[in-house]
Parts: sequence; structure tokens; C-alpha cells
Amino acid sequence: MALLEVKNLHVEIGGKKILNGLDLTVEKGTVHAIMGPNGSGKSTLAYVLAGKAGYEVTEGQILFDGEDVLAMAPDERAAKGIFLAFQYPMEIPGVATMTFLRTALNAQRKRRGEAEFSTPDFMKRVRDTAGHLGIEQDMLRRAVNVGFSGGEKKRNEILQMAMLEPRLAVLDETDSGLDIDALKIVADGVNRLRSPERSMIVITHYQRLLDYIVPDVVHVLSKGRVVKTGGKELALELEAKGYAEFADEAA
Amino acid sequence: MPAVQETVDQVRLIDVDQYKYGFVTDIESEKAPKGLSEDTVRFISAKKNEPAWMLDWRLEAYRRWLTMREPVWARVDYPKIDYQDYYYYAAPKRNALASLDEVDPEILKTYEKLGIPLREQEMLAGVVRPEGERRIAVDAVFDSVSVATTFKEELKKSGVIFMPISEALREHPDMVKKYLGTVVPVTDNFFATLNSAVFSDGSFVYVPPGVRCPMELSTYFRMNEKNTGQFERTLIIADKGSYVSYLEGCTAPMRDENQLHAAVVELVALDDAEIKYSTVQNWYPGDANGKGGIYNFVTKRGDCRGDRSKISWTQVETGSAITWKYPSCILRGDNSQGEFYSIAISNGRQQVDSGTKMLHLGKNTSSRIISKGIAAGRSNNTYRGLVSAHRKAAGARNFTNCDSLLIGDKCGAHTVPYIEAKNASAVFEHEATTSKISEDMLFYCRQRGMSAEEAVALVVNGFVKDVLQQLPMEFAVEAQKLISISLEGSVG
Repeated sequence: MALLEVKNLHVEIGGKKILNGLDLTVEKGTVHAIMGPNGSGKSTLAYVLAGKAGYEVTEGQILFDGEDVLAMAPDERAAKGIFLAFQYPMEIPGVATMTFLRTALNAQRKRRGEAEFSTPDFMKRVRDTAGHLGIEQDMLRRAVNVGFSGGEKKRNEILQMAMLEPRLAVLDETDSGLDIDALKIVADGVNRLRSPERSMIVITHYQRLLDYIVPDVVHVLSKGRVVKTGGKELALELEAKGYAEFADEAA
Repeated sequence: MPAVQETVDQVRLIDVDQYKYGFVTDIESEKAPKGLSEDTVRFISAKKNEPAWMLDWRLEAYRRWLTMREPVWARVDYPKIDYQDYYYYAAPKRNALASLDEVDPEILKTYEKLGIPLREQEMLAGVVRPEGERRIAVDAVFDSVSVATTFKEELKKSGVIFMPISEALREHPDMVKKYLGTVVPVTDNFFATLNSAVFSDGSFVYVPPGVRCPMELSTYFRMNEKNTGQFERTLIIADKGSYVSYLEGCTAPMRDENQLHAAVVELVALDDAEIKYSTVQNWYPGDANGKGGIYNFVTKRGDCRGDRSKISWTQVETGSAITWKYPSCILRGDNSQGEFYSIAISNGRQQVDSGTKMLHLGKNTSSRIISKGIAAGRSNNTYRGLVSAHRKAAGARNFTNCDSLLIGDKCGAHTVPYIEAKNASAVFEHEATTSKISEDMLFYCRQRGMSAEEAVALVVNGFVKDVLQQLPMEFAVEAQKLISISLEGSVG
């Protein structure tokens, strides 16, 4: 059974149509890449999946594990296992990254009726996870994303993902603004989290990221619809030809 | 950026309907006749068995008060107060208690409900204490009288005097006479003068030279009686080289009428002494339409009288319909230091006008002001502060940081700083910011699984972190909870 089914999704922002009948099916344990030119609706898809306000769904549905996602509040979706790694992670002054992680994790656990983590258990977990991602203890004590470099912000997103253990992770242009070394660290972190129990949607403008996070399926998005779906070789084809051809197909 | 709709909705439902301490204690009390006159003043003084000089002092204040006008410069708006419509003295019957066993069980229950332990043996033998938790001596003031003071004997051993001021007037009259009104003069301002005439109780603290007070001292104020005013007077003297940390908490029942609270707090720090004064003010704020609530007109001032002395004010203000309060420091001694750390949260129809005055008189004096104002609902939140350097205050330094956070779009945050430097060597710095909780920030938190309330509480607690760190541990936890409660909706 598919973990995620997006059916004929139409979305507007302030009266402007962004998604035009988008269909997408993600099986459990698979990694899907979504590529497309600027303005094709990639980030809109990510935000609609996560439940951001201001995005009006005029038609279609989103099912997660067979349940209607659109009826759920953002925190409810998070507790069900939908995670979004933000393209531009927010800064939260005065709130230590450690505190943020713990509040989020326990909020999700509470909602699912699971016991909250004790302080020692949580500390051990966060230290181990941070260690794998090359995150210094100092960063955990600093306020969330405040004064973080671009690479640190993205690594912090992956750390949160690793701690929250979602069933579906949506990575919105996680490669943007990263140099090759930072990109490798982030990709390595993501690859560690690949599992038969976890699906991923990797949104990217460039093929480069897919050298490191090798997808099972590649979709090309243009003007708010999926216009082509293929294997990982499709990404290479796009790299060579550019998006021009698909822009025509959609029109 | 607009605040999240949900947040705005929650704020509408808010706190004011959820005030946890709004219950009334059903108890018989003895009151002065309604209204204010010389007879009222005489009545109060007689009730307290005060020395004659104290009565004269009060009467002089009363006569002075008749010639004064209520200040109007604060950014608060309320109907004219009829001072003849209040009771100026209300005391639970069965007064003059020898031990806690004689305290009316209803009152003990009240403090139990409020989470304030009054029985020493319970506190001592009590449940397992979290590591590092210190014991706290409590003076409990119920309407116009102190009903219990704990750990008095133990404090006595180290020479610390901690008792109701009415008792101190009888037992240590010379000491009270020497210091009372020397920081906040009888004629200081309309509300302070009123207090001088009719104050009924409050705490008195004296810490002898070189003594570090062995525990936190605390006064818990509870206003119960209808249509009463509470006029407490607190006087704290830290003698040379001593240290004391003092905590103050306040609550009141939910009533449709406005209750009046006009307190005066005077602190005196002699050479090398340090006083740390913390307040968690949670008076009833009124309902969602602004009906009822406490009018809180308070004069708090500390005098760094000695060289190298230090006074630090920390306040968490979440209650009251009207707040008019400026805990200040007179930096008289050379190298003395003043600090003011404040969190003021307003919600519903609350109006807050609060800040501080740092008056630099001595040489090389320094002061620090960190103020965090949070406005939600239809409230107005004003920071008003004066930093001044006297002509002789060579080397005066001040750092001020005022941050305001807005939740929703119907509230207001205002910053009114006054800076006067009459000495060319003074260095005064002022920083101020105003921000809104952005929808994006809350969405980020909610995407990670936090509910809307949890997200707001997390962001606000981050915003006030610098000030929370200044509170004694036990209070910081309470304050953090209070902040969440003040801002939470009824959801969850």
C-alpha cells in the first residue's frame, strides 16, 4: 500500500493557481526526487503536505496511510510522521536547540500516547545523533538557528529529522546554499536515515544532490503538475537537456 | 507579518477567564468603616497598637495627601477612582495569633490552594525535595494583616529580623523610625502618600552586618475582601556587607469590582551590602471585557546608600487590570550598582505602564536594565524608564535593553525612555526592539509537533530568557509556568 497518495491536487495562493492537478504516489521505503524549474510548484507541494496556512486547496486530496491529511493541523501531521526539512529554517532567539528538540519530540510522543523521554535518555540520544552528523555540543546549546551558517542550519534540519524519526521526510531544496563538503555531510545524514519503514521526497533544482542521495524514482514538475516520471537516469537526462522540453509538454 | 489566526483566536479566549487563583475565601472579617478620613487613619493605628509618633506620621501623610492630585502621565486609562468607596482595613477575625494552630483553617486552606506552605514542619519534613532546592521563609499577608511568618526563630539565630512591619513597630520601633520613609518620602507621590497614611501591614527585614541571610525570604500577598484596598509597606535593610534575597508573590479572587492596591517598598543597602528583590505579580487581571481586576499603583525604590552596595530588582508582571510601577535604584554610594530585570505580560484589556529609574549620584556607579514586554489581546504595554547622572556622578554607566513582542494586531507596545546625563563622563547605552511573533516561526514549531500553545510558550520563553535567568531557581520555574498560562488559550 502506498504511504502517500496525492490525487489531482489543485492549490492557490491568494487567488493565483500554483498546483494544477498534481498526482503523486510514494510507496513505503522509497526515495522520490522531485525536480523542476523555479516556479513549477515544488516548494508549494512541500508546504501543502506540511499544512502551512495561506495555501488554499481547491480540488483533490492527500492521503497519508489512507488518512485525509488536509483535515489535520500541522502538529497532528507531524505526530503522524510527516516531516519537512525547510529550505529556510527559522531562527528562534533564546531557545536552545536542545530545548527545541526535546519540546518537539515530547509533544509528538504525548500526542501519540507514548511516554515522554527522561532527561538522561534524551541527552544520550541527542548526543549520539549529533555525533553522527558532525554536530558539536556547542551548537546544541546555541539558540535554534540563530547565527548558524547555511550548512549548520541544514545539518540542524537533518538532526531534527533523525531525532523525530518520521515516516515521510520531505526535503525542500536541502542542497541550496551548501558547498560540496557540507552537501556530503547532509547527504550522508539523510542516507543513514533511509530504511524500509521510511519514505522520502527530495525536492531539488539540481541533479548534483542526487549523486549523493540516489533516488528510486524521479518526477519532473512543471507548471504545477508532474509531467514525467522515471528512474534515477531521468535526473541525468535533465542535467544534460535542461527543463525547456518539459515546460512545452506541460503547456 | 500577521500573527497566526489561531493564536489570535486563542488570545481572545484567554487567561483572564482562566485565572487559577480567583476563588474567594469565605471568612468573617473585621473592617474599618468604609471610606477614608482622619478617623480611618486613627482606627488603623489603634488596631496596630502603634506608638504615638507613628500615628502622627500617618496623619501628616493623610493631610498631605488631601492636597495632592492623582498622577495622569502614565499611558493607562481607567474610570475615576472614588477613594471613599473602599475599605481601608480588613482583617480576618481571631487576630493576634500565638501559633499557626490558631490561624483560621479557611486561611490555611487558602494558602494551601495557592501552593504556599505555611507550616514549617511540613516544609521541613515534607516530600522529597529536588536537589538544590532551598528553604524559604514566608510572611503571609491576608488583606490588611500578616497571618503567619515562618522560620522566624531559625532566622533569629543568625540575627536576621523578619516579621510583619506592624510587629516591628512594637518590637523594634527605633529601627523602623530610623529608616521608614527615608527612601520613599511621605510626600513622594499621590499613591505613596496614601499608603503612608493607611498602610496596614507588610514585611520588615533587617540583616545585620556581614550576615548572609541563610534562606530566601518571601512575602505572599492575598487580597480577599470585597471593595478593599491593600496597602502594604515593606522595609528591608541590609547592613554593611550583608546579603539578602527576597521574593514577593501576589494573587486575588476574581471580583467584578476593581480592588485597589497601593504598596510601598523601601530597600536600604549599606556599604558592600546586596539586596536581590524578586516579584511574581499575578493579581486578578479582570475579565475579557476589562471588568474587574486590580488597580496596582506601586512605589518601589531601593537606596544604595553605602559604597559598593548593590540592589537588583527582578519582576514578572502578569496580572492586574492597571499596572503603574517603577522599581528604582538611587545609586548614592560610590561604585554602587543597580539592576532592573523585567518581564511584563499583558493580555485581554490589561494596561501596563512599568519601568524603572536609575538615579546615578555617586562616583563610578553602574546600572543595567533589561526589560521584556509582551502584549497580546487588546492590551497596552508601556516601558517607561529614567536614567540620570547627577553632576557629581563621574564615570556613571548604564546599559538599557528594552524589547517588546506583539502577539496579534490589536495590542500595543510602547517604549518611553528618559535619559539625562549632567556629567560628561557618563556612558549611557540604550537598545530597543519591537517584534511580532511571526506566522512562519510558529509554523516551524508546529511542523515539529508542537501545538499552537506550546509553540507560543516556547517562543515567548525564549524571548524572556535573559530575565528568567535572574530569578531564584524556584521562582524561575513558577514564572515559566505562569508565562505559559498567561498566554495559553483554553485548547488542549
